[in-house]
Amino acid sequence: MNNNKKVFEKAVHGIFLILGLVTIGCVLMITVYLVISGIPAIREIGLLKFLFGKKWESASSDPSYGILPFILTSVYGTAGAIVAGVPVGFFTAVYLSKVASKGVKETVETIVSLLAGIPSVVYGLAGMLVLVPGIRRIFHVADGASLLAAIVVLAIMILPSIIKVSTTALDAVPKEYEDASLALGATPVETYFRVSVPAARSGIATAVVLGIGRAIGEAMAVMMVSGNVANMPGLFKSVRFLTTAVASEMSYSSGLQRQALFSIALVLFLFIMLINATLGFFLKDRKGV
Amino acid sequence: MSDIIKVKNMCLWYGEHKALNNININIPGKSITALIGPSGCGKSTFLKSLDRMNDLIPGVKITGDIRYKDKDIFDASVDVNELRREIGMVFQKPNPFPMSIYDNIAYGPRTHGIKSRAKLDVIVEKSLKDAAIWDEVKDRLKKNALGLSGGQQQRLCIARALAVQPKVILMDEPTSALDPVSTSKIEELSSKLKKDYTIIMVTHNMQQAVRISDQTAFFLLGELVEYGKTETLFSTPSDKRTEDYITGRFG
Repeated sequence: MNNNKKVFEKAVHGIFLILGLVTIGCVLMITVYLVISGIPAIREIGLLKFLFGKKWESASSDPSYGILPFILTSVYGTAGAIVAGVPVGFFTAVYLSKVASKGVKETVETIVSLLAGIPSVVYGLAGMLVLVPGIRRIFHVADGASLLAAIVVLAIMILPSIIKVSTTALDAVPKEYEDASLALGATPVETYFRVSVPAARSGIATAVVLGIGRAIGEAMAVMMVSGNVANMPGLFKSVRFLTTAVASEMSYSSGLQRQALFSIALVLFLFIMLINATLGFFLKDRKGV
Repeated sequence: MSDIIKVKNMCLWYGEHKALNNININIPGKSITALIGPSGCGKSTFLKSLDRMNDLIPGVKITGDIRYKDKDIFDASVDVNELRREIGMVFQKPNPFPMSIYDNIAYGPRTHGIKSRAKLDVIVEKSLKDAAIWDEVKDRLKKNALGLSGGQQQRLCIARALAVQPKVILMDEPTSALDPVSTSKIEELSSKLKKDYTIIMVTHNMQQAVRISDQTAFFLLGELVEYGKTETLFSTPSDKRTEDYITGRFG
């Protein structure tokens, strides 16, 4: 290799490194900024009072800043979306990967990708127009804008990632495993659930964790269908999520209220970090097999 | 010994391509039958027809008659899962499930409804002993089977096949991916197993066929050229093409 080429190679490597560092720099900056701006309010309010306080009254003359309603709403909402969305997504993935003909698989996968591409505000709009009135009529409640509506919207929103990642994992199961099972006299369905699914379990777990991440971080769609009131969560109550708590007050907040919103963002950020750590664990497990 | 498998005028197509042409062969029980021939001659395809694994390949069409214990295996009354329980299979590449050694062996029996832990323990131990691998794995039954060596994995696959108590075991070049020591272990094992099982083995290794088989069938270009006692076929082949193949003139 002549000298010019060597210099060129080094320069290109250098550029790649710098571009990579841009991403890392962004993450670091966000982290540092969130911690710095999130801590003061927690100090002033008190960690326990902030995390476990049941009342959020930021606009009153004697304000209280308890975010337990938001935390619980986010946890319940995400859990509900997982409970409702994962079975649908999982069985769809098994069907697409193992049963469906090539044409059906391609068609459904195209539509699933389309679902993934719909902006969340459109989900919210559809939820407002269809889901909210629907819930009001079916369950005879005063207002359909509720945790239930948010759960349904979130469940639909996480479907694409669950279906896609699970399907990919199931597709990657070596055919030899399935042949061995069939050759032992197992039926195809027994083979899917006792050989293919266990072999793809870390990929499916990854899909679920990705779904959790998507659900807990969603703001726009849930704000539009959940009523956005700082209640302790109940299925038919209007509720406010961690994300929507930040989004809905930020534009007019000031002083301690504004700082408390940063603290909420910090809590949300910690949740996401936890989910990412879990994801990393599953991905590592996958490499091991 | 009476014939356990009888094949009459069997042809097989992959779409438009005729891969097997008018195969007639009767395979006696409790013996080892070797299927030899150059790559692509149809011997593996033939083997996989016997437990209907070719059903899984789109575009495969089979005509003629394949009888197992005098019953047409394509008859509507035949439960293909039951057929595959009786006719087990060992594949070319060792393919244990990515689960524990114990669960690998227990997979078949569990599929067929055995839930009792005590019964499964007995089956697992007996199968592993019959496949001559018990001593090597008895202390690590809970460990992942993928941690075994290739030769051990293949014997584990044989044990897994034995665990559902088949009558016939089809082996598709079971030693082609193994080293010589593991190969001789599998050969020894096969010779021992023919006391209780009918073994039909595809092999590329003619010495292997001579060493362990009772009958040999020579396939060429989708046809069964010659079939007879292994000794006779290798010492005094009646067909010129067989002679050319076994003396190494082609293939």
